[in-house]
Order: sequence, then C-alpha cells, then structure tokens
Amino acid sequence: MTAMRKITPSEDATGTTPVLRVSVWRGTAEGGAYEEFEVPQQDNQTILDVVSWIQQYADPTLTYRFACRVGMCGSCAMMVNGKPRWTCRTHVKKVTEGGALTIAPLRNLPVIKDLAADMDPFFDKWVKAGGHHHPSASRHDPMPVITSETPGRVEANAGIECINCSVCYASCDTVAGNPDYLGPAALQRAWTLYNDAKEADREAVLDRVSGAGGCHNCHSQGSCTLYCPNELDPLSAIAGLKRASAKRFFKGGR
Amino acid sequence: MLDMRLYMAQRLSAMAMGPFVLVHIAVMIYAIQGGLSASEILSRTQGSVFWFLFYGLFVVAAGLHGAIGLRVIAHEMLGLKGWSLGAITWGFGIGVIYMGARAVMAVTGL
Amino acid sequence: MKGMKTHRDHPLWLAYALHRFSGLALAIFLPAHLYVLSLALTDPARLDGFLHWADLPLVKLAEFGLVFLLAAHMLGGLRLLALEFLPWSGPQKSLAASVLAGAFLISGLFFLRAI
Repeated sequence: MTAMRKITPSEDATGTTPVLRVSVWRGTAEGGAYEEFEVPQQDNQTILDVVSWIQQYADPTLTYRFACRVGMCGSCAMMVNGKPRWTCRTHVKKVTEGGALTIAPLRNLPVIKDLAADMDPFFDKWVKAGGHHHPSASRHDPMPVITSETPGRVEANAGIECINCSVCYASCDTVAGNPDYLGPAALQRAWTLYNDAKEADREAVLDRVSGAGGCHNCHSQGSCTLYCPNELDPLSAIAGLKRASAKRFFKGGR
Repeated sequence: MLDMRLYMAQRLSAMAMGPFVLVHIAVMIYAIQGGLSASEILSRTQGSVFWFLFYGLFVVAAGLHGAIGLRVIAHEMLGLKGWSLGAITWGFGIGVIYMGARAVMAVTGL
Repeated sequence: MKGMKTHRDHPLWLAYALHRFSGLALAIFLPAHLYVLSLALTDPARLDGFLHWADLPLVKLAEFGLVFLLAAHMLGGLRLLALEFLPWSGPQKSLAASVLAGAFLISGLFFLRAI
C-alpha cells in the first residue's frame, strides 16, 4: 500500500487524484453538526479506511470505534448515506453517491462522541430478553447428543452467527418509536435459545419476550433482515416467537 | 405497547374481519349500482337478523381492532403513555362500538 | 441531505407504511361513517341529503379512496398473518404471492368489465 497524505484543495482542482467528499457527524450527546472532509479515493477502500484516514491525516480528534477490521467483532457499525453498515466490510464504491459520503453514528442509540455510539441500551435489552444460556445439566451429566439436522437445531443455527453489531437495531423504526422494544438482535437471540434443546426453561424464554416491550410489538418492516451484514433473518426469528407464543396462548391461555 | 393479550386481540379481530370486509365490499359494489338512497338501503336491511348479526359483530371487531391499532400509533408516533394512552384506547373502542350499535339498530330496525 | 436514501427504501417498509396509513385513515373515517348511518334512525331525510351529496365527483373520488384503503389494509393484514402464523419457506411465499396477484388480476378484469 502506498503512503497516503492529506490532499489540499488545489490538488483536487487539477483532477489528478480522485477525491471523496465526506460529511462526518461531529459532536456529543448535547448536539453537533456535520463536518466536511476531502479524502483521496483508492481503488480498494472501505468506509472504515475513510474514517481512519480522516483521523490520521486530517483531524486526530475524530472519535470512532473499531477492533478487528474483518467483520468478526461487531464494533464499527455506523450510518453510511442513511443506512446502517458494518464499515470495515463496506466498500466505498458500493455505497458512494457521486463521490459523496455521509457518515453518522448508529441510529437509535445515544452518542458518546462523533461516530462512537453508546451500545449500553442495546446490550441491556439483550440481557433483558434473557440472552444467555440457562444450563439444563451439569458437567457430571452425560452429554446429550443433538445432531445438526434436528429441526430445532436448524432454527437455532440460523441465528447464532450474530456479532452484536447493532445494525438491525439501528435500522428498526419500531425501536425508534418504542424505547422499551427489545429489538431484533435480542429477540433473535431469544429465538435461538427457545429452539435449543439444552436450554433449561424454554417457556421462560417466551415469558421474557411477551411483555410490553416484547416480540409482539414488531411491525415486520423487515429492515433488520435486509441490513444484517451476516445475512441473518431476525424478521423470521421474531415471527417464530410470535407463532410459538400464540400457540401457547391457545393451549394454556397465557 | 403490545403485550401478548393485546396482540392476540388484534390478530383475532383481524381474522374475524377478513370475511366481513370482503362481503362489505361486495355489497357496496352491488349497492352503488344506480345510485344510493336511504330507502334502498333500508329496504334491504330492515328487520334482517342476518345483517344485524353481521354488522353487529363487524362493529365489535372493528372497535377492538381500531382501538389497539390507534394505541400503538399514539405510543410510537406521539409518545403517549400511561393514562392518556389508555384514554385513547378505551375512548375509541367504546365510542366506535356505541356508535356502531346505534347505526346497526338504525338500519336494521332491530 | 436532500434526496439522500434512507434505511426505509425497501418494499417491506413501504408495505408497513401503507398498512399504518390505511389503518389510521380508516380509524378516523369510521366514526363519521357510523354517525351518518345512524341518521337513518333519527333523521332519514338528512341521510338522503347526505347520500345525494355523496354523488358529487369529489366525494365519489374520496369514497373510492376509502374502498382502496380498506382493501389495501385487508390485504396487508392477510400478508402479516401469513408471515407470522405460517412458517413458509421462501419459494412457498413467492408462489403464494404470485397466485394471489394472478387472482386479483383476473377478478380485477372481470370487475372492470362489469362497471
């Protein structure tokens, strides 16, 4: 990779180096505004590369969050041209509009500073939906054999590759309108637990997602499934929870 | 703002209204042939137990369904909660069922 | 940020928006509709007067809009019920959607011939 340097406006005018016009949201929870940057365009360049270039060559005070750079950790999601994206694996060429980019912190979450959103509400709801395994056996019991073809395991497997990037949460207008709504990621996690034969109390999973902020608030807008960078399907997982709880309602009346 | 019970009430009233809406639209298309008049409507509906039950149940389902729908919209788009949210839900539901009962009695004469 | 695309630019979100708008419009219209019908009991002459007023082209257009919203809300609701309660696979959903679209095309043609 060749060394990059800051491009001055006079160089842009000659047209020798293609330049991206990038609006970056700057500010804190108290307020802020978009700031314009000009960033040299590369053949191969991700949104995270653009943000890093600004921080390294234009303004070292720019705050953002990333860790792995390869789509594993779920740290770097931001709003790019109005849509939530994992920035480390989103190529500029795929999302740029006439050489322009607008980059903002994730929607539906409080801003810490600049592009770093406070993920606490997202993870709090994950916990509220009971998003951890409740063991049904101890290490002294024999290991139950569950093949990957078991129907429940197939359902669970479809949702377990979530990296907690909060892209679905940011894309969901039901979250935007209803602050108590648990959101697609936490509910999809609950659906994988409900389908896990080793989960101790699967009825309790349905109880946790049937309250005032539960799965029944979902309006099936489908943005979660559309934007999930790992191509998971929270929309169908939430529909599964609705179906399971409705079945239980008819059987047991709760 | 939708818990299990409200959700089931919303979906069950929706399922009940499916056939009602289809028949209602069909009757509407039939009735507007050659213009509408009060006497024409009343001649069809006066004394009919069938239309009394049909529109009676339709009104109850619509009141329930509309009340829960408005409740969701009021919470998500206007940020209402607590007392005012309950007032919208119950006010619309009871209001529609009351006005609907009057209208059904008026057109069937029962 | 004029003309900027948003996370809402996709068919399922538009289906949601149509369902919400049609539902809200119907909820607002319903009390007025029931009030006019109850005039048959209290004041038949005013009901007839209202029905004549309903012959005006603009009112006719509004009525057509309401019937459209009712149909749209019902079809959107059927879509939601199928999505939530029928665990269909992708191809099954596409097949169901195309059968439904075909049925509406045919019934629409007959309807247009009838009026």
